[in-house]
Amino acid sequence: MGVKFHLEGDKLTALLSGEIDHHNGAKLREQIDEKAAQTRPAELILDFSGITFMDSAGIGLILGRYRWMQNLGGRVRIIHISPRMEQLLVLSGIHKLVQVEPDEEESAQNEEDAQNTSREIFSDSAKEVKYHAK
Amino acid sequence: MQNEMRLTMLSYSVNEGFARAAVASFVSQLDPTVEELSDLKTAVSEAVTNCIVHGYRDTIGKIYLMVRLDDDGMVTVRVRDKGCGIADIAKAREPLFTTGGAEQAGLGFSVMESFTDRVQVRSTVGKGTTVTLKKRMAVRKGDEGQA
Repeated sequence: MGVKFHLEGDKLTALLSGEIDHHNGAKLREQIDEKAAQTRPAELILDFSGITFMDSAGIGLILGRYRWMQNLGGRVRIIHISPRMEQLLVLSGIHKLVQVEPDEEESAQNEEDAQNTSREIFSDSAKEVKYHAK
Repeated sequence: MQNEMRLTMLSYSVNEGFARAAVASFVSQLDPTVEELSDLKTAVSEAVTNCIVHGYRDTIGKIYLMVRLDDDGMVTVRVRDKGCGIADIAKAREPLFTTGGAEQAGLGFSVMESFTDRVQVRSTVGKGTTVTLKKRMAVRKGDEGQA
Protein backbone atom coordinates (compact mmCIF):
# COMPACT_ATOMS: atom_id res chain seq x y z
CA MET A 1 0.00 0.00 0.00
CA GLY A 2 1.36 3.37 -0.95
CA VAL A 3 1.56 6.23 -3.36
CA LYS A 4 4.33 7.60 -5.56
CA PHE A 5 4.13 11.01 -7.19
CA HIS A 6 5.24 12.28 -10.53
CA LEU A 7 4.92 15.94 -11.47
CA GLU A 8 5.12 16.92 -15.12
CA GLY A 9 4.27 20.49 -15.97
CA ASP A 10 0.96 21.24 -14.31
CA LYS A 11 -0.05 17.57 -14.10
CA LEU A 12 0.43 15.62 -10.90
CA THR A 13 0.24 11.84 -11.20
CA ALA A 14 -0.36 9.76 -8.07
CA LEU A 15 0.64 6.16 -8.67
CA LEU A 16 -1.40 4.17 -6.16
CA SER A 17 -0.59 0.64 -5.07
CA GLY A 18 -2.08 -2.01 -2.79
CA GLU A 19 -5.64 -2.24 -1.50
CA ILE A 20 -7.97 0.71 -0.94
CA ASP A 21 -10.34 0.23 1.96
CA HIS A 22 -11.42 2.47 4.83
CA HIS A 23 -8.22 1.62 6.75
CA ASN A 24 -5.72 2.28 3.94
CA GLY A 25 -7.72 5.09 2.35
CA ALA A 26 -7.13 7.59 5.13
CA LYS A 27 -3.36 7.59 4.73
CA LEU A 28 -3.57 7.74 0.93
CA ARG A 29 -5.90 10.75 1.12
CA GLU A 30 -3.56 12.64 3.41
CA GLN A 31 -0.56 12.02 1.19
CA ILE A 32 -2.37 13.01 -2.01
CA ASP A 33 -3.87 16.17 -0.52
CA GLU A 34 -0.56 17.25 0.94
CA LYS A 35 1.20 16.83 -2.40
CA ALA A 36 -1.58 18.55 -4.33
CA ALA A 37 -1.51 21.48 -1.89
CA GLN A 38 2.25 21.83 -2.42
CA THR A 39 2.22 21.53 -6.19
CA ARG A 40 -1.16 23.05 -7.09
CA PRO A 41 -1.61 21.07 -10.33
CA ALA A 42 -4.19 21.86 -13.00
CA GLU A 43 -4.84 18.14 -13.26
CA LEU A 44 -4.55 15.38 -10.70
CA ILE A 45 -4.15 11.97 -12.32
CA LEU A 46 -4.91 8.97 -10.12
CA ASP A 47 -3.20 5.90 -11.57
CA PHE A 48 -4.90 2.70 -10.36
CA SER A 49 -2.60 0.23 -12.14
CA GLY A 50 -1.11 -0.99 -8.83
CA ILE A 51 -4.42 -1.33 -6.98
CA THR A 52 -5.35 -4.94 -6.31
CA PHE A 53 -8.56 -4.36 -4.34
CA MET A 54 -10.93 -1.50 -3.72
CA ASP A 55 -14.30 -1.10 -2.03
CA SER A 56 -16.48 1.99 -1.61
CA ALA A 57 -13.64 3.70 0.26
CA GLY A 58 -12.04 4.07 -3.17
CA ILE A 59 -15.12 5.95 -4.33
CA GLY A 60 -14.89 8.16 -1.25
CA LEU A 61 -11.25 8.80 -2.08
CA ILE A 62 -11.98 9.82 -5.68
CA LEU A 63 -14.98 11.93 -4.66
CA GLY A 64 -12.97 13.72 -1.98
CA ARG A 65 -10.13 14.47 -4.39
CA TYR A 66 -12.63 15.65 -7.00
CA ARG A 67 -14.02 18.19 -4.54
CA TRP A 68 -10.54 19.17 -3.45
CA MET A 69 -9.37 19.78 -7.01
CA GLN A 70 -12.53 21.73 -7.76
CA ASN A 71 -11.62 24.06 -4.92
CA LEU A 72 -8.15 24.45 -6.41
CA GLY A 73 -9.69 25.09 -9.82
CA GLY A 74 -8.32 21.85 -11.23
CA ARG A 75 -9.65 18.52 -12.44
CA VAL A 76 -9.22 14.82 -11.76
CA ARG A 77 -8.50 12.01 -14.18
CA ILE A 78 -8.55 8.29 -13.35
CA ILE A 79 -6.31 5.97 -15.36
CA HIS A 80 -5.61 2.23 -15.56
CA ILE A 81 -8.79 1.18 -13.80
CA SER A 82 -9.77 -2.49 -13.95
CA PRO A 83 -13.22 -3.58 -15.19
CA ARG A 84 -14.24 -4.53 -11.65
CA MET A 85 -13.25 -1.19 -10.23
CA GLU A 86 -14.95 0.62 -13.07
CA GLN A 87 -18.13 -1.22 -12.10
CA LEU A 88 -17.87 0.54 -8.72
CA LEU A 89 -17.35 3.90 -10.42
CA VAL A 90 -20.41 3.37 -12.59
CA LEU A 91 -22.43 2.32 -9.55
CA SER A 92 -21.51 5.56 -7.82
CA GLY A 93 -22.07 7.78 -10.85
CA ILE A 94 -18.61 9.26 -10.36
CA HIS A 95 -17.62 8.33 -13.91
CA LYS A 96 -19.78 11.24 -15.01
CA LEU A 97 -17.77 13.72 -12.97
CA VAL A 98 -14.21 12.66 -13.64
CA GLN A 99 -12.51 11.42 -16.77
CA VAL A 100 -11.96 7.67 -16.54
CA GLU A 101 -9.55 5.76 -18.75
CA PRO A 102 -9.78 2.00 -18.31
CA ASP A 103 -6.89 -0.40 -18.50
CA GLU A 104 -6.20 -0.68 -22.24
CA GLU A 105 -5.72 -4.43 -22.30
CA GLU A 106 -8.98 -5.04 -20.52
CA SER A 107 -11.06 -2.25 -21.95
CA ALA A 108 -12.91 -4.35 -24.53
CA GLN A 109 -14.05 -6.78 -21.87
CA ASN A 110 -14.66 -3.84 -19.65
CA GLU A 111 -17.29 -2.29 -21.86
CA GLU A 112 -19.04 -5.59 -22.18
CA ASP A 113 -19.08 -6.12 -18.42
CA ALA A 114 -20.27 -2.61 -17.79
CA GLN A 115 -23.21 -3.13 -20.09
CA ASN A 116 -24.08 -6.51 -18.70
CA THR A 117 -23.68 -6.09 -15.00
CA SER A 118 -23.58 -2.50 -13.94
CA ARG A 119 -26.58 -0.93 -12.39
CA GLU A 120 -26.83 2.77 -11.88
CA ILE A 121 -28.32 3.79 -8.63
CA PHE A 122 -27.90 7.54 -8.73
CA SER A 123 -30.50 9.67 -10.31
CA ASP A 124 -29.12 12.91 -11.71
CA SER A 125 -30.96 14.98 -9.15
CA ALA A 126 -29.64 12.95 -6.22
CA LYS A 127 -26.12 13.35 -7.55
CA GLU A 128 -26.48 17.06 -7.90
CA VAL A 129 -27.64 17.46 -4.33
CA LYS A 130 -24.74 15.42 -3.05
CA TYR A 131 -21.95 16.92 -5.10
CA HIS A 132 -22.92 20.53 -4.82
CA ALA A 133 -23.94 20.45 -1.20
CA LYS A 134 -20.42 21.12 0.10
CA MET B 1 -20.44 -31.01 1.92
CA GLN B 2 -21.59 -28.34 4.29
CA ASN B 3 -18.88 -26.39 5.98
CA GLU B 4 -18.79 -23.53 8.42
CA MET B 5 -16.32 -21.26 10.15
CA ARG B 6 -16.53 -18.54 12.74
CA LEU B 7 -14.10 -15.95 13.89
CA THR B 8 -14.16 -13.05 16.26
CA MET B 9 -12.01 -9.95 15.91
CA LEU B 10 -11.73 -6.53 17.50
CA SER B 11 -13.05 -3.57 15.56
CA TYR B 12 -9.67 -2.11 14.57
CA SER B 13 -9.71 -0.89 10.98
CA VAL B 14 -6.61 -2.93 10.19
CA ASN B 15 -8.89 -5.99 10.48
CA GLU B 16 -10.92 -4.98 7.41
CA GLY B 17 -8.25 -6.51 5.20
CA PHE B 18 -7.91 -9.54 7.45
CA ALA B 19 -11.67 -10.22 7.45
CA ARG B 20 -12.06 -10.23 3.66
CA ALA B 21 -8.90 -12.30 3.22
CA ALA B 22 -10.12 -14.85 5.79
CA VAL B 23 -13.50 -15.16 4.07
CA ALA B 24 -11.90 -15.47 0.63
CA SER B 25 -9.51 -18.12 1.90
CA PHE B 26 -12.33 -20.21 3.38
CA VAL B 27 -14.63 -19.84 0.37
CA SER B 28 -11.87 -20.75 -2.09
CA GLN B 29 -12.54 -24.46 -1.35
CA LEU B 30 -15.65 -24.06 -3.55
CA ASP B 31 -13.32 -23.18 -6.43
CA PRO B 32 -15.11 -19.93 -7.25
CA THR B 33 -14.12 -17.69 -10.15
CA VAL B 34 -11.86 -14.72 -9.47
CA GLU B 35 -14.83 -12.42 -10.08
CA GLU B 36 -17.10 -14.27 -7.65
CA LEU B 37 -14.47 -14.16 -4.95
CA SER B 38 -13.71 -10.53 -5.64
CA ASP B 39 -17.41 -9.61 -5.41
CA LEU B 40 -17.73 -11.39 -2.08
CA LYS B 41 -14.57 -9.77 -0.69
CA THR B 42 -15.89 -6.34 -1.63
CA ALA B 43 -19.23 -6.98 0.10
CA VAL B 44 -17.55 -8.37 3.24
CA SER B 45 -15.23 -5.39 3.35
CA GLU B 46 -18.23 -3.05 3.34
CA ALA B 47 -20.06 -4.97 6.07
CA VAL B 48 -17.02 -5.14 8.37
CA THR B 49 -16.19 -1.48 7.74
CA ASN B 50 -19.75 -0.57 8.80
CA CYS B 51 -19.20 -2.32 12.16
CA ILE B 52 -15.98 -0.37 12.68
CA VAL B 53 -17.06 3.05 11.42
CA HIS B 54 -20.68 3.03 12.58
CA GLY B 55 -21.45 0.20 15.03
CA TYR B 56 -18.43 0.86 17.21
CA ARG B 57 -17.98 4.49 16.23
CA ASP B 58 -16.42 5.74 19.45
CA THR B 59 -15.29 2.49 20.93
CA ILE B 60 -13.61 -0.82 20.20
CA GLY B 61 -15.81 -3.91 20.31
CA LYS B 62 -16.00 -7.41 18.92
CA ILE B 63 -17.02 -8.29 15.38
CA TYR B 64 -18.45 -11.78 14.91
CA LEU B 65 -17.98 -13.29 11.49
CA MET B 66 -19.60 -16.53 10.36
CA VAL B 67 -19.28 -18.14 6.95
CA ARG B 68 -21.34 -21.15 5.84
CA LEU B 69 -20.91 -23.05 2.61
CA ASP B 70 -23.77 -25.17 1.29
CA ASP B 71 -23.75 -28.04 -1.20
CA ASP B 72 -25.40 -25.99 -3.91
CA GLY B 73 -22.63 -23.39 -3.89
CA MET B 74 -24.51 -20.96 -1.69
CA VAL B 75 -22.23 -18.93 0.54
CA THR B 76 -23.70 -17.22 3.59
CA VAL B 77 -21.64 -14.61 5.41
CA ARG B 78 -22.95 -13.17 8.64
CA VAL B 79 -21.29 -10.10 10.13
CA ARG B 80 -22.49 -9.14 13.58
CA ASP B 81 -21.61 -6.39 16.04
CA LYS B 82 -22.88 -5.41 19.45
CA GLY B 83 -22.56 -1.73 18.69
CA CYS B 84 -24.95 1.21 18.59
CA GLY B 85 -27.44 -0.27 16.12
CA ILE B 86 -29.27 1.42 13.27
CA ALA B 87 -32.37 3.49 14.03
CA ASP B 88 -33.72 3.52 10.48
CA ILE B 89 -32.52 0.56 8.40
CA ALA B 90 -34.34 1.62 5.22
CA LYS B 91 -32.68 5.03 5.40
CA ALA B 92 -29.26 3.50 6.07
CA ARG B 93 -29.61 1.34 2.97
CA GLU B 94 -30.38 4.30 0.69
CA PRO B 95 -27.60 5.10 -1.77
CA LEU B 96 -25.59 8.16 -0.72
CA PHE B 97 -27.02 8.29 2.80
CA THR B 98 -24.22 8.49 5.32
CA THR B 99 -23.68 9.65 8.86
CA GLY B 100 -19.95 9.35 8.33
CA GLY B 101 -18.89 12.73 6.95
CA ALA B 102 -17.45 14.08 3.71
CA GLU B 103 -15.04 11.25 2.94
CA GLN B 104 -17.70 8.52 3.25
CA ALA B 105 -19.39 7.75 -0.04
CA GLY B 106 -22.56 6.40 1.58
CA LEU B 107 -22.43 3.41 -0.73
CA GLY B 108 -21.73 0.53 1.64
CA PHE B 109 -25.12 -1.18 1.41
CA SER B 110 -25.47 -0.38 -2.31
CA VAL B 111 -22.18 -2.14 -2.98
CA MET B 112 -23.22 -5.12 -0.83
CA GLU B 113 -26.48 -5.36 -2.77
CA SER B 114 -24.75 -5.09 -6.14
CA PHE B 115 -22.06 -7.65 -5.41
CA THR B 116 -24.14 -10.35 -3.70
CA ASP B 117 -27.50 -12.02 -4.32
CA ARG B 118 -29.16 -11.03 -1.07
CA VAL B 119 -28.51 -8.65 1.83
CA GLN B 120 -30.45 -8.91 5.06
CA VAL B 121 -30.06 -6.37 7.86
CA ARG B 122 -31.30 -6.79 11.41
CA SER B 123 -30.60 -4.16 13.99
CA THR B 124 -31.69 -2.98 17.40
CA VAL B 125 -30.61 0.42 18.68
CA GLY B 126 -28.23 0.00 21.57
CA LYS B 127 -27.88 -3.77 20.99
CA GLY B 128 -26.16 -4.14 17.66
CA THR B 129 -26.50 -5.04 14.00
CA THR B 130 -26.39 -8.27 12.01
CA VAL B 131 -25.82 -8.20 8.26
CA THR B 132 -26.30 -11.45 6.35
CA LEU B 133 -24.94 -11.72 2.82
CA LYS B 134 -25.82 -14.55 0.47
CA LYS B 135 -24.09 -15.28 -2.78
CA ARG B 136 -24.29 -18.39 -4.92
CA MET B 137 -21.06 -19.55 -6.51
CA ALA B 138 -21.40 -21.39 -9.80
CA VAL B 139 -20.78 -25.07 -9.09
CA ARG B 140 -18.60 -26.23 -11.92
CA LYS B 141 -18.61 -29.65 -13.55
CA GLY B 142 -16.16 -32.13 -12.19
CA ASP B 143 -16.53 -30.96 -8.63
CA GLU B 144 -18.94 -33.76 -7.73
CA GLY B 145 -17.57 -36.31 -5.33
CA GLN B 146 -14.51 -34.32 -4.36
CA ALA B 147 -15.94 -33.62 -0.94
